[in-house]
Amino acid sequence: MSGILGSDLLIEITYFIATALFILSLMWMSTPTTARRGIFAGELGMALAIAGTLLHHGIVDYKLILIALVLGTIIGVPLGKVQMTAVPQRTALSHSFGALCVTLVGTAEFYLPREEPMTRFMMAVLCMEVILGALTITGSLMAAGKLQEWLPQRPITYKGQNFANLGLLGVAIIAAIVLVIHPERTQLFPAIVAIPLLFGVMMIIPIGGADMPTVISLLNSYAGLSAAAMGFVLNSKLLIVAGALDGASGFILSMNMSKAMNRSFSNVLFGAFGQEQAAVAGTAEARPVRSATAEEAAAILAAANKVVIVPGYGMAVAQAQHKVRELFDGLSKLGVDVKFGIHPVAGRMPGHMNVLLAEADIPYDRLLDMDEINGDPRRRTWR
Amino acid sequence: MKIDLLTSLYVFMLAAFIGFEVIKRITPLLHTPLMSLTNALDAIAVVGAIILAGEHKNTLAAVLGTIAIVSATSNIVGGFLITDRMLKMFKPSGAKKA
Repeated sequence: MSGILGSDLLIEITYFIATALFILSLMWMSTPTTARRGIFAGELGMALAIAGTLLHHGIVDYKLILIALVLGTIIGVPLGKVQMTAVPQRTALSHSFGALCVTLVGTAEFYLPREEPMTRFMMAVLCMEVILGALTITGSLMAAGKLQEWLPQRPITYKGQNFANLGLLGVAIIAAIVLVIHPERTQLFPAIVAIPLLFGVMMIIPIGGADMPTVISLLNSYAGLSAAAMGFVLNSKLLIVAGALDGASGFILSMNMSKAMNRSFSNVLFGAFGQEQAAVAGTAEARPVRSATAEEAAAILAAANKVVIVPGYGMAVAQAQHKVRELFDGLSKLGVDVKFGIHPVAGRMPGHMNVLLAEADIPYDRLLDMDEINGDPRRRTWR
Repeated sequence: MKIDLLTSLYVFMLAAFIGFEVIKRITPLLHTPLMSLTNALDAIAVVGAIILAGEHKNTLAAVLGTIAIVSATSNIVGGFLITDRMLKMFKPSGAKKA
């Protein structure tokens, strides 16, 4: 018994090849030398899968599909040409688009006339799909708004916030469980979409700009998981694999982020960033700071053998990466060994700082991540 | 149906393990392009939307399917474009050695 995606052998073969290409694509992403091949593999897989889908014999209306594909391309091109500093909000926005697609398909599937009723498992997965999808739509929009500074960046907290938020999500989950047990109560379905939409907004309200890297990764993971759930509903292995890969990727990145900030992952999951941040600020130890003028700094730097630059997001906000590049060039000419120590949450999303420095033409072998540069602090040797 | 379901669960489990192993190896240098790439790959959900819009079983499915294609396609196009732009900027310090 195949789902709506599995009818022709040819289509299944294109999906099979596309799945392999997607995994290869991520494998090639591991180093900068092979990464562009990775994109090519991804594009090829995508083109194959879409071409295969268009062969599906049930399709009667190609005009609508064509219009939608063209319209999507028209929207997509400018989204692919944003400034490098705007990449985090672009990414958040695209998480929202991805989740929108999944949620809309899930909703349509629910109301689709079908010969036999959905099994309980299908209903449960469908509910999971729309809950995760809906909260990612609004959550990512909020994140994009905060990153674009259309919304206030500082965390807004109130008493009982976590309780209210979790309660809201709890209501949606209970509604979903009732729907699974009593599939005839279709009037519950709109609530299962609407409540998570509200939850997505509430979830991001208490989160400050500095915690955005973790949140974006988490939303990435949610978008992936909802796509995987959609794969279960449509019985599409391709979607399950793509969703699982995306979910794993987002999960690993958010684990990295929270580890780098010395936060537990459960702390991330419950989104209690605001309060936590205030507590950390209160207990920070006071250490003397030495400031110097530009001339003094130049003298110190020129006399050094090795210099590590640890950039923060302020550099990017001030568009100072090109000045840093000049400094890097000058010091390199003097024979100073200059490296960059990049903290995982420097910038507004995982790895963002590396992109900004690469844009300023700083060679990537000079960019070291936290564990690499911290390798052996006592001997101060790095590779 | 039961067999199908079990196969799907196996596929999900294996893909998740592969995902963890493959993504763990990706250098933190490329985490931003990684996220935009997985974003584009995730938009493969477009295949579900295409069938929904194309089969035109009812108006709701056609309308929602069409919007879904638009949003997924914008992710595919935008995601691959920006990932490529970012990766083009990453250069080794080969120029200095020469």
